Formats: sequence, structure tokens, C-alpha cells
Amino acid sequence: MPTPLLSVRDLVVEFPTRRGTLRALDHVSFDIAEGEVLGMVGESGAGKSLTGAAIIGLLEAPGRIAGGEVWLKGERIDNLSPEKMRRVRGRRIGMVFQDPLTSLNPLYTVAEQLIETIRTHLDLSEKDARKRAVGLLDRVGIPAAARRIDDYPHHFSGGMRQRVVIALALAAEPELVIADEPTTALDVSVQAQIIDVLKEACIERGASVMLITHDMGVIAETADRVAVLYAGRMAEIGPVRDVIQAAEHPYTSGLMGAIPTLTQTADRLTQIPGSMPRLNAIPQGCAFNPRCKHVFDRCRRDRPELIARGGGRHVACWLFDGAMEKADV
Amino acid sequence: MIAFILRRLVQSVIVMLTVALVAFALFRFVGDPIASMVGQETTLAERAEIRQALGLNDPFPVQFWSFLTRAVQGDFGISYRLQQPVMELILSRLPATLELALVSGIMAFAFGVGFGVYTALRRGNWLSGSIMTISLIGVSLPTFLIGVLLIWVFAVELQWLPSFGRGETVYIGDWWRTGLLTSSGRFSLILPAITLGLYQMTLIMRLVRAEMLEVLRTDYIKFARARGLSNRAVHFGHALKNTLVPVITITGLQMGSIIAFSIITETVFQWPGVGALFINSVRFVDVPVMAAYLMLIALVFVVINLVVDLLYYAVDPRLRVDRASARS
Repeated sequence: MPTPLLSVRDLVVEFPTRRGTLRALDHVSFDIAEGEVLGMVGESGAGKSLTGAAIIGLLEAPGRIAGGEVWLKGERIDNLSPEKMRRVRGRRIGMVFQDPLTSLNPLYTVAEQLIETIRTHLDLSEKDARKRAVGLLDRVGIPAAARRIDDYPHHFSGGMRQRVVIALALAAEPELVIADEPTTALDVSVQAQIIDVLKEACIERGASVMLITHDMGVIAETADRVAVLYAGRMAEIGPVRDVIQAAEHPYTSGLMGAIPTLTQTADRLTQIPGSMPRLNAIPQGCAFNPRCKHVFDRCRRDRPELIARGGGRHVACWLFDGAMEKADV
Repeated sequence: MIAFILRRLVQSVIVMLTVALVAFALFRFVGDPIASMVGQETTLAERAEIRQALGLNDPFPVQFWSFLTRAVQGDFGISYRLQQPVMELILSRLPATLELALVSGIMAFAFGVGFGVYTALRRGNWLSGSIMTISLIGVSLPTFLIGVLLIWVFAVELQWLPSFGRGETVYIGDWWRTGLLTSSGRFSLILPAITLGLYQMTLIMRLVRAEMLEVLRTDYIKFARARGLSNRAVHFGHALKNTLVPVITITGLQMGSIIAFSIITETVFQWPGVGALFINSVRFVDVPVMAAYLMLIALVFVVINLVVDLLYYAVDPRLRVDRASARS
């Protein structure tokens, strides 16, 4: 197997607080292959955005990486000096944030922000950087890019601004783009366009994408593989089609059951009873055990690790432990 | 843009007219100017004659109108006390006040922004802690006390700097007497400038710090970091510029206060500026000087406000008239 572009191994992120240390990410491991789109789903607070922030080295204090490793193309990046990590950001890993209305500095034109980013990472003259910036804007679908580039962010609509943000994230040809809920703040009608632009622009450049979202529909259409996080732990990871059509982890199947479909004629959507535990009250054993309908003794005692299920699927659930018969979930 | 400036100019004129009315009313309510102009042996008939000659028997609107028309031409009458044209008096004293205000304003702004940025970026280290503590003193001590303390330490005990006056001055052009070109003039300026600017400096510093902390938490700063920009570019290119928008307003208004509040500093340091002139005029009910001073300070505030508004346009593109319409 070739070296994955990004390899996250047993990543632990902790927040020291006055009342003890909270473990927000607990031994999360996953890979992203070159050119692959990995979707990352989970409820609010499951640790999706935190994973992205930890990879790019922008955890907000007092949060810190307390364990594990992050490898980018065979190079370890979680222990780089701040200055070296800065050169990775933007150059090798680009990032797109949730709210395009607040991601751009209101006092600088789009051109100024793009050229600044390009020239930070690439050795280009002002003129060449500008040419490149126009090309980027053109690529992300901004009409009359050469003219609009000198406009300020407030001259653009939300969808257009998110395109600018994507152009900025791609400005220095990064190998990986982390998109943290890139469509959540947008009008439903432009969400699909933005996802298309993001995916196509990345595929064209051979960049991998880590797409953080809680929109299963977006994952289904865009991602190659999907990772499901629950309470800071990886619940399940595998090819999108398998996970969506035949979720193995009871939590994932609960998530899928909560998505309305056109063919379904139920009065109510299924819902998972209870809510995700707070970080200071994660139960012993499997974090999902109080809400799980298949729970048994072992789930309350031991924490399940990711178990390989073949076909690139992994699931952290005792139902699929080798000692057990394959249960019908 | 033009319409905006015109509107602001009209507003400024209204403000000036209002102040003129108040200033003019001073003439009538502070006391009888004739009493302070003439000697004790002047007869009542002579007093009535002077009163008639000065136009003091005319109806109020007529007097106000002639005050206005002469004020516009720069004629505020003759000082009762010094028997010189008020405008000449003020002009001869204005350079001293302006130099003092300008130097302390620049000091307040430079150190205020510098310390503000430093304490915001290095939160929790001992130096920014000490700066914050010392700034509390600057905010809470009254100006005259700071002035007296500085005189005591640097002029009396250490004898490094002069305790009063402007030192040697030289003329630039016909009437601008400056102390900036001689070393004794510059030394004399240090203590009063610090005294006058300390409060404004701590105010600007605390404002910059608070704004900076606010801006550093915004998404566009996070995004700027995610783009791999250097700390310097993030802090000074992106964060500081956004911090300055509200800081400009306060600093502008503070500049006005510096000129207005120089009265106290000028008194403490015997600084021969318009503030000291005003204090002496109050003591002698020298109404023309007081009225002219009031108009001058009002003018300063009006002009500064206008400049501040124009600066907004320069800094914040969102206020400018849209060049391109926002489309999607």
C-alpha cells in the first residue's frame, strides 16, 4: 500500500480546565490517500472541527495535542516548530472555514488578500501573482474575475465569498484541503455549487480533501470514504457507499435513519434516544453504550477499538469482534 | 462623498453658530465690561458715552450680528486687560499650545498604540502586566498631580529638566515662535508633554488592547493564519488595521481634549500658551479673550471631527460608495 498523503495516528487532543482535563479527541486514527475526498461526520461537539484544527496546527489555547502523530507524505508534522508549521499551512494544507462572511478581512481587496497569500508561499513577482490570482478566481467560478478582483469582500455575496475563500485556500497548490463545514452558512441553493467547485478544483490539482460536515447528503455525493466521529472517538470509517447503505456501527445506522428520504412514508424519522455525553462524563467502555439498542455487558466494561471488517471498513463496536457471531444490525 | 462632506460642513457651521451664541452671551452675563475697562473716577456720563460708543446699547440681535461678522473676519475685539487685539494675543500664544499639544498627541498615539499592541499580543507576561498596572495610575491620577510629581522628581530632585517655561524660542516666519529648534526648548517640552499626554496615552493603550484582543478572535484572523501568513503579517497587516478604525475616533477626539485641557498643564508649567492666557482672562473677566478662546476650541473640535470622518473613509472601504454593485 502506498504511503497515504495524510496519516493520523492515535491523535489525542486535551483541554486542561480547572476541573480536570477534558479529552476532546481520544485516539483518533485515519488516513487520507492522495486525491481522495474523506468526509468527516458527527454531531456538534464530536470533535470534527477539532481534528482539522489539530492537523493544521491551529488548536486554540488551552487545547493541545496530548498524544499521537500526524504524518503528511511520510513527514511528521505535529511536532514541527511554529515557524515550520506556518510554512505547511497554506502551502501544503489549505483550509476553508464555515462562514465566508467573516473569513475575509473586510479592509483589504480580494486581490490584496490573494496576492499576499500567493507571495507568502511562492516566489512570484507582484504581476505574476496577480495573474495567478485572476486565474484562481476564474477557476472557482467568479465571473469577470479580472475586474472583480479589485473589489472588497463586501461587494460579493455569500456564495461568491466562499468561492474567494476556496481560491485563497488553493492559492499555493496545497496537497490537502481541509474544508470545515464549507456550506453550512450558505443558502441551500448555492451549497451544491460550492461543493462542486471545491471538489472539482481540488481534483484538478490532485489535492485531497478532508470534508467536515454534518450533512450526510453532501458526504454521499462528494466523498470517497467517510469517517464517523462520536464523542471524540472514531466510530466507523469506510467507503461512502458501504457506510451509507449498510452502516455497521449502531450510531452510524442511527444517523442514517434520521435522514428523510423520498421513498420512505414514515410519520416520524427515527431518532437516537438521548444525547451525546459531555466530555467530562463519557461513560466507561463504549462511549455510545447508554444510547445503543444493542448494548451488552462488554460495551459497559471495555472500550472497543477499530476492528477491520474487510473492504477498507473499520468499525469500533463489540458486535463485530471476532469472538462474536456477526450480528444482524 | 461630496454630498457627505457638504453635509458635514453644514453641520459644522451650525455647531460653530451655536458656540458663537454661547460665547457672545458671555459678554452679557459675566459682568459689566465697562466696569473693568474704566478707572474709579470715571463719571456716569462718561461711562454711558463709552457704552454708546461700543454699541452696547444696541438690541441683542444687532450686537450678535456685528459680533458674528467681525468674528468671521478674525476680529474678536480688544482685550480689556491687555488692551491689545484679541486675535493678535491668541495668535502669538497659539504656537506654544499647538506645539505642546502636537508633541504630546503624537507621543500618546505612538506609545498608546505600541503598548496596546504589545500587551494584547503578549498577554500574561510580566512586562505587559506591569504596563497594565502602571497605566492604571495614568488613568486615575489627575493631570495637575502628575505634573507636580514630574516637576518634583525630574526638575527638583534630579535636576535633569526645567520645571517651567518654554526655554529659548526662535521665530519661524513672522509670528510662529517655536521651541522645537533649540535644545533648551525641546528639553522644556518634555515634562509638560508627558503630563498632558499621559492620560490620553493610557486611554488609547487600553482601547487598542481591547480592540486588538477582539480582532484576534475573529474568523478572518484565523483564516489568515490558516493561509500560512507570518505572525507579523497577521498581527500588523490584518489585526492592527482593523483595530485602528475605532481607535481613530477616540484619538481624534482626544486630540481636541489635549488642546482644550492644556489649560491645566500650561498653568502647572507656566507654559505661555493660550490655555494660560484663558485662565488669566477668567480671573480678570476679560470677556473678549474668553469668547475667542471658546470659539477657537470649538473650531478645533469641529475640524478634528471632520478629519476623523474623512479618515474613516480612507481606512474602511465598506463606507465608500460602492464602485461595483454587489452581485452574486
